[in-house]
Amino acid sequence: MPATDTTAPATTPDAPSSETAGVELRGVSKHFGDMVAVRELDLTVAPGEFFSMLGPSGSGKTTVLRMIAGFEDVTSGQILLDGQDVTAAAPFDRTVNTVFQDYALFPHMTIAENVAYGLKVRKTPKTEITARVGESLEQVRLSHVADRLPHQLSGGQRQRIALARALILRPRVLLLDEPLGALDKQLREQMQIELKQIQREVGITFVFVTHDQEEALTLSDRIAVFNEGRVEQVGTPREVYEYPQTAFVASFLGISNLIPADLARELAGAEGAISVRPERVRLAATDASMSAAETSVIGTITETVYTGPATRYIVTTDYGLTIVAERHNDHAPDDTAPFHRGDQVRAIWYREHAALVP
Amino acid sequence: MTSTASAPTRSEPQAVPLHRPVSTALHRRPRLRLGALLALPLTWLVGLYIFSLALLLITAFWLVDPFTSLVRPGFTLDNFALLFSNPAYVSTSLRTLGIALAVTALSAVFAIPLGIFMAKIASPWMRAVLAVAITLPLWAGYLVKIVAMRITFTEEGFFNSVAGLIGGRGPGFGIPIVILTLTYLWFPYMALPVYTAIRQIPVNLFDASADLGAQGWTTIRTVVMPLLTPALIAGSVFTFSLSLGDYLAARFVGGPNSQMIGSIIASNINLNPPVAAAFSVVPIAFVVIYLLVTRRTGALERM
Repeated sequence: MPATDTTAPATTPDAPSSETAGVELRGVSKHFGDMVAVRELDLTVAPGEFFSMLGPSGSGKTTVLRMIAGFEDVTSGQILLDGQDVTAAAPFDRTVNTVFQDYALFPHMTIAENVAYGLKVRKTPKTEITARVGESLEQVRLSHVADRLPHQLSGGQRQRIALARALILRPRVLLLDEPLGALDKQLREQMQIELKQIQREVGITFVFVTHDQEEALTLSDRIAVFNEGRVEQVGTPREVYEYPQTAFVASFLGISNLIPADLARELAGAEGAISVRPERVRLAATDASMSAAETSVIGTITETVYTGPATRYIVTTDYGLTIVAERHNDHAPDDTAPFHRGDQVRAIWYREHAALVP
Repeated sequence: MTSTASAPTRSEPQAVPLHRPVSTALHRRPRLRLGALLALPLTWLVGLYIFSLALLLITAFWLVDPFTSLVRPGFTLDNFALLFSNPAYVSTSLRTLGIALAVTALSAVFAIPLGIFMAKIASPWMRAVLAVAITLPLWAGYLVKIVAMRITFTEEGFFNSVAGLIGGRGPGFGIPIVILTLTYLWFPYMALPVYTAIRQIPVNLFDASADLGAQGWTTIRTVVMPLLTPALIAGSVFTFSLSLGDYLAARFVGGPNSQMIGSIIASNINLNPPVAAAFSVVPIAFVVIYLLVTRRTGALERM
């Protein structure tokens, strides 16, 4: 455990913003009655990391976040913040702050009052509150809405206010519970960039909950993929995408061609089921030559899907296997595609591009 | 049946317009439509409600012949002057005001924690049980409840018997028991709007407040209370105005010296109708003042 020079958690709201902390979960379980939401979870988040917890709804990711924040008790296990056991600490005694899914702004307070709330309950001097609220609103470029009420703001603005309200307390860890879930796609992408910038500026640990795999891949330093209360895989975006360790991870992140174990053994000599990404599969004529490092199947194109930057071909073999191949539309825009529905084709991929998914 | 035979013809498009003179006339005249809609409620409101109140107000200025005790139409402010000049009337007004305020405060003090528990902590089953328990008293008659309180606190009642075992006395009839009885009567009118308002507060506001460093009490003071204000005002209008108008509680569980405005109105209603009428303006005045005060505090502005 690292030696720390921190005083009691509740008395450090004025710690400089460069101070950050790691989070560690040791054997954490959470039961709601008979339902097990989280099972025996071990997880380590490094200080300063942008860490995403990705999974479908009901996979336990939000419960884990709420346990780190202190809104839920753990059934068993330990939660450590910066090496200190906070398992039994109340939310107001933890140096973490939360950005809630639907922002949770206080409807009866102005934007400035909302942002000031945390400082006010800590009895911070008035002049300091005014100054810091000003800075905070500046940071999210919303100084002009200080006197408005939350319902007068757009979704994106409310989102930024929720962020400002949490960051003004200079937490060591910021928890974000699907903060972009309620925004439309364009705004969401813009906010992703903004979030990343803010995280770099303040330099603290972000623990980010999302069910959107693209968002997780775009933002994170590392991703934990949740399924049914367990973590299936933890790794960098590249690791979890390119080398999924389980069939669930392979299918939850992007599109994946899952080839069952017996077929994979026959085709590629693999030791179990394999997963191949559509963009790793190329199509060729049935008599095309291929290298020794490649594997292929022959089938019929049963569907083509134009998605703008790429076209997807769904190839079905005689024995019922379906392979999705993606081809970038990097040829001339009006070029007709070389493959059509009903064509007999060979779908080819490099064996090393297939991940073994036991 | 002929329906089988006529069914196919019915589905054919009908070229002949239906003849519906009333509907057609109403369709062409929106004002007539509005009039038809409002005819009954307006008759009720103006014809009975406002008309009777106006009569009451007019009666308050009439005279009573001192010899024959007959009411004579006329105009005098004596009836109102009496409200201020008779010390018994002044103290009764103030006592009634105090009782009504106490009932309102007591109801709110019970309703807020109960509402928080029901809305945010209780299981759905428990919540349903409590909701029934709160509304149950409304099913029983008003007199039944007053009699129930009377039996509980009477000389040979429960509290005196129990306190008697250890040589003491239970609380006798008096103003505190009147306040308790009226709270018992009007509590549902406070509890329901407060519970509903607390239910509407998103749970994550409680989480957010704790997350930002506020402890339970601070959250109640800075988040829950401001969001409850409209419900508290709505509930208090009921508890306050219903208490101001009551006199049976004072009569049956009040003991001596607990007369309320209603008691005086009731005793004058035959002897001196103009004084009764003048006195019944007092609770109305209290309620109007109460509403103006709540408006002035600005409690409703941000809602």
